[in-house]
Amino acid sequence: MFFLDLFKFLFFSFSLFFISLSGIFLNRRNLIILLMSIELMLLSINLNFIFFSVFLDDILGQIFALIILTIAAAESAIGLAILVVYYRLKGTIAIEQINLMKG
Amino acid sequence: MFLVFILLPFVNFVCLSFFGRFLSPKGSIIFCLTNIFFSLVISFVCLFEVAFCRAPCFFKLANWVDCELLDASWGGCFDSLSTIMCSMVLTISFFVHVYSISYMSHDPHQSRFMSYLSLFTFFMLMLVVADNFIQLFFGWEGVGLCSYLLINFWFTRLQANKAAIKAMIINRVGDLGLALAICILFNLFKTVDFSVIFSISYLFSNFYLDFLGFNLLLLDVICCLLFIGSIGKSAQLGLHTWLPDAMEGPTPVSALIHAATMVTAGVFIIIRCSPLFEISYFTLNFISFWGALTALISATIGLVQNDLKKVIAYSTCSQLGYMIFACGLSNYNVSLFHLVNHAYFKALLFLSAGSIIHALNDEQDMRKMGGLLQVLPFTYMMIFIGSLSLMGFPFLTGFYSKDLILETAFAKYCLIGHFSFWLGLLSATFTAFYSFRLIFLTFLNNPNGFKVHFVHVHDAPLLMTFVLSCLCCFSIFLGFVLKDFFVGVGNSAWNNSIFFDSQSLSLIDAEFIPLLVKLLPFCCSLLGSLICMFLFLFFKKRVNLLFTFLFFYIFLSKKWFFDKLQNDFIGSFFLKFGYGISFKRIDKGFLEILGPKGIIFLFSNSSKQVSMLHSGILNQYTFLIFFSIFCFIATTFKLIFITDTYLMLLYILTIVISNGFNFRLK
Repeated sequence: MFFLDLFKFLFFSFSLFFISLSGIFLNRRNLIILLMSIELMLLSINLNFIFFSVFLDDILGQIFALIILTIAAAESAIGLAILVVYYRLKGTIAIEQINLMKG
Repeated sequence: MFLVFILLPFVNFVCLSFFGRFLSPKGSIIFCLTNIFFSLVISFVCLFEVAFCRAPCFFKLANWVDCELLDASWGGCFDSLSTIMCSMVLTISFFVHVYSISYMSHDPHQSRFMSYLSLFTFFMLMLVVADNFIQLFFGWEGVGLCSYLLINFWFTRLQANKAAIKAMIINRVGDLGLALAICILFNLFKTVDFSVIFSISYLFSNFYLDFLGFNLLLLDVICCLLFIGSIGKSAQLGLHTWLPDAMEGPTPVSALIHAATMVTAGVFIIIRCSPLFEISYFTLNFISFWGALTALISATIGLVQNDLKKVIAYSTCSQLGYMIFACGLSNYNVSLFHLVNHAYFKALLFLSAGSIIHALNDEQDMRKMGGLLQVLPFTYMMIFIGSLSLMGFPFLTGFYSKDLILETAFAKYCLIGHFSFWLGLLSATFTAFYSFRLIFLTFLNNPNGFKVHFVHVHDAPLLMTFVLSCLCCFSIFLGFVLKDFFVGVGNSAWNNSIFFDSQSLSLIDAEFIPLLVKLLPFCCSLLGSLICMFLFLFFKKRVNLLFTFLFFYIFLSKKWFFDKLQNDFIGSFFLKFGYGISFKRIDKGFLEILGPKGIIFLFSNSSKQVSMLHSGILNQYTFLIFFSIFCFIATTFKLIFITDTYLMLLYILTIVISNGFNFRLK
């Protein structure tokens, strides 16, 4: 019998979220990996929505997941655009070099 | 009228010290003398009104400290005791003012000198007429200050600086006692007013104080502390070392402050507080014991001193001892009688000594004098009369009070009375000895000084002569004149200004002691002077005699090693304690770290650490943001259980302080 063990599914999405989070913290080289981590984070959230919509038998969660996917695509497009402009300006996309925020 | 004579010396001080240079020396002298003279005349009018007509006057002038119960005010308590003291102080002060015109005539800072003298007179009068302890303390500290200023008058002399600082510091010890006594008095009586405290003091005679496991009678403690005050000011044993050193000051100062008036403040405070002292039997016994000891020990030191003024200074110590033990035996009026008499003949002695020093170009060492009888006959006369009066030669001023002190001490018929009597008798012998030694070495010996001194020598100028002869008259006649006023049986001149225990009848008992005992003081003085004459006439060449008693001689000439004791043990200990512990550990240590320096370090350190977080590195920022969100969520959902708020605060504080103190003091 197919037994919906919510805990296992949630653990999966949660670990995915933390993998992406640590990708943000630990990544010092590449700005693209940062964008990828953000994408992965959004995906894990999406998975969360989908699992809950299946578990609660509610279609709203899956619709929400679709909307998030759209927004994520738009966001990554904007992010890539900024990245390209930044590379033209500075000649590098290493995160270590980005310290303009230092006061 | 009462106010005028107190304030005139102060007016003197202000005018002379601020405008003295505009007045010219001569103008300032005239101004100063006029004021002091009027002050003197008015004080005698007051004396007549208060003591003779028995109309005491009490007034409150203005509030000084008005805080809850503490009601110290500027007031005046003009009863017999204070007016007698006032007129005595002003008489001596007037004579010393006149004397110093001549004595300090060569000094460019004469008006400053006069202004200090006047300031001293003002403070002394404030002390004497005070009607509460705070005002008395004001006067007490003021005279201490003036003593410092006047000892240090020739401030370029190193010895004078040292003596002045010594006087100041040793007096602080006594002042601490007085201040503590005032604090305890205020705590007990909730007032510092004399009239209130003295009238209800009997009700507090069974109050006890638990201190370090000792159960002490509270009034005993108060009186002992007051007595510590008078030990300091009146140069009693233990704190007496400042008085001989104070002789570094100009001679008129020694006469006014360190012989006649200021040093008697300690005796005065005991007489003033007689209602307190009469209840405390322990303190009375202690006072008479200590006074008798002082009288003897300082007389023995005086035997071998070579400095002309130091001999007289030790004799002052000794006479103060007499006054103190008379107080301790409850003979307050006899003590005051001796105080007044002593003021006159001691002023005479000092001023004559000043005349000698003046004549010999500031030479004070008696070993370099001698043979002055031919050149200074007038001064010789004065010193001789003063010394006879000091020794208690019959029918001179000193006789009436000094003999009476000894007689009343004998007539107490108790252990401490006899102790004081015999010690007093012994010191009377020594007094005669050193007085005659002084006369011999200075006047009768072969001349030992430099020829230059003897060529230019001159007897006292006119003004000095005037002052000396006036004081000489006082030294001869005053005792006889004032005898009945001070110690007459049954007279009511005291008018309750001194408290007499109804049990105390030693004045009457003194009339019935054996004739032999009555004659004994005179015989002892005679014996002392005869021994002195004998030694100096027949054994002058026998220096070997001195060496047989070498140990005693050194012991006495080193002043019983009091100075060494103070310097080596007490002084150095407190110096080390003061630098090592109270300065380095407490002032620059604990207080600095907990106070300004610690706070500055705490904030600068923690702000440095906070600003280190501001690194500009992106992933650190994101980490911090996520971490703080996590912490926030964790605490709001109580994932971390810090239940006790105080525990959390303590935790934060430990972190902060451990960061803050992580520094080294430069």
